[in-house]
Amino acid sequence: MAGFFHDNLSYFLSGISVGGQYALIAIGYTMVYGILRLINFAHGDVFMIAGLVMVYLSASLPFTLSIPLVIIATVLLGFVIERVAYRPLRSAPRMSVMISAIGVSYLLQNAALYFTGGLAKVYPSIPGLSDTVVIWDATTKIVTLVTPFLTIALVAVLTLLIKHTKIGMAMRAVSRDFETSQLMGIRINSVISITFVIGSLLAAVASLLYFTNYASVTPVSGSMPGLKAFVAAVFGGIGSIPGAVIGGFIIGICENIIRGGASIFGIPGTGWTTFSDAFTFAFLIVILVVKPTGLFGEKAVDKV
Amino acid sequence: MFEVRNLSVNYGGIEAVRDISFSVDEGRIVTLIGANGAGKSTTLRTIAGLVRPRSGSIIFDGVDITGKDPTYIVSRGITMVPEGRRIFPDLTVMENLRIGAYLRKDSIEGDIDWVFSLFPRLKERSWQYGGTLSGGEQQMLAVGRALMSRPMIMMMDEPSLGLAPLVVRDIFSIIREINRQGVTILLVEQNANMALQVADTGYVMETGVITLSGRGSDLISDEAVRKAYLGK
Repeated sequence: MAGFFHDNLSYFLSGISVGGQYALIAIGYTMVYGILRLINFAHGDVFMIAGLVMVYLSASLPFTLSIPLVIIATVLLGFVIERVAYRPLRSAPRMSVMISAIGVSYLLQNAALYFTGGLAKVYPSIPGLSDTVVIWDATTKIVTLVTPFLTIALVAVLTLLIKHTKIGMAMRAVSRDFETSQLMGIRINSVISITFVIGSLLAAVASLLYFTNYASVTPVSGSMPGLKAFVAAVFGGIGSIPGAVIGGFIIGICENIIRGGASIFGIPGTGWTTFSDAFTFAFLIVILVVKPTGLFGEKAVDKV
Repeated sequence: MFEVRNLSVNYGGIEAVRDISFSVDEGRIVTLIGANGAGKSTTLRTIAGLVRPRSGSIIFDGVDITGKDPTYIVSRGITMVPEGRRIFPDLTVMENLRIGAYLRKDSIEGDIDWVFSLFPRLKERSWQYGGTLSGGEQQMLAVGRALMSRPMIMMMDEPSLGLAPLVVRDIFSIIREINRQGVTILLVEQNANMALQVADTGYVMETGVITLSGRGSDLISDEAVRKAYLGK
């Protein structure tokens, strides 16, 4: 058993690491869904833009400046998207808002294409995070080890915020009942803005971790991680933060175990690793057949 | 203290409220009674800022508050207990009370004690989730939550809806008690009998217009009201 873990440690490590990154992105999907019942298709692209902004800023600024600036820029982007593309449609049918989200997604990708000329941009090596370490004979980057701890710390802070602060209480109220929340004097729009700010902030952190591992950013770099994180959110029960986190880790670990198929399951050949993404989605379908609301899906509505 | 002048409201494509005027004097209990669909709820929702009126004005303490947003209305001292109670089911009883005081910056501990003295049952259940309470307890919580904003006027939309007769009696005696402690009440009810018994002034609404008004005790003995709403 120990030998098995030893031989495949690199797969487990990268699984936990990418899982943490999915989890951070997934929180943005799940929180926005929880309040607006909107699947924010632009979220993965916000994550990609955060990567590009880092590429451009780090070219001329030291990391002590560029990292905070990336986070601020991403938060601002999320805030502006909600303001410009979603708020005017607040009383429109949900489908209209969703189409607006798809539009924003393509706008961001096209803008990225315009600025990069379609070339993959090399992500800067952040000292500390990009260094390699060898643990138990597995070679990996420091970021792989940092990600799960940072993810859990951020989730803990977020959970405290939601459970124990006034704004957290307002977020829980608004996610249940817009109108009654208004009668309490809560400004719905402020609460929604804060939700987008938090989601974008976590996406920015996720982009720092993810692109440090993958080393390059293209205009479509946000699509696959965004889709996986969305799957993680659905898997955990969309609307639930613990669900998104656990879903993120499970998806990340599973896809890496499948990638490591040759040595883990003793199946020869590398051909089937090509299907690791397909396996991820097949897995989601199986879970949803067994438990349609996901692992921590919303419980049935209480009596009125 | 509070005056509605020539208010008209369109709601859901129909003219739900047509040119109504009424006033609420400080320290009184005023009721709007009438059948389902008469426009009573729309009137309250308009005052609360949830719906914008088509024309007319709402004056409170000499200030025109027509068309202002709910946050402003609450901060001015007007609160509403919504129809169907609308407790936040996954907030605890304590959190439901705290959220009622959302806009307040001063200490609210004294008010929590005040609400618990009015509704001792809520104190026993302060750590339970709102969704686990019975209908009557939820109504008490909805009233307590509204009181947490320290309102001058509390508007109540059908507080007796779906409650057992004994519980309704309790709720109405609490309404009287709250009023005695200085909160002006604007009450909307289909249960005309109970409403008119506690009200100083009553207005009868029919398909968007006020057809009759008078002292509560006069209306309760009015032949037309008895026939139409009291089933006698």
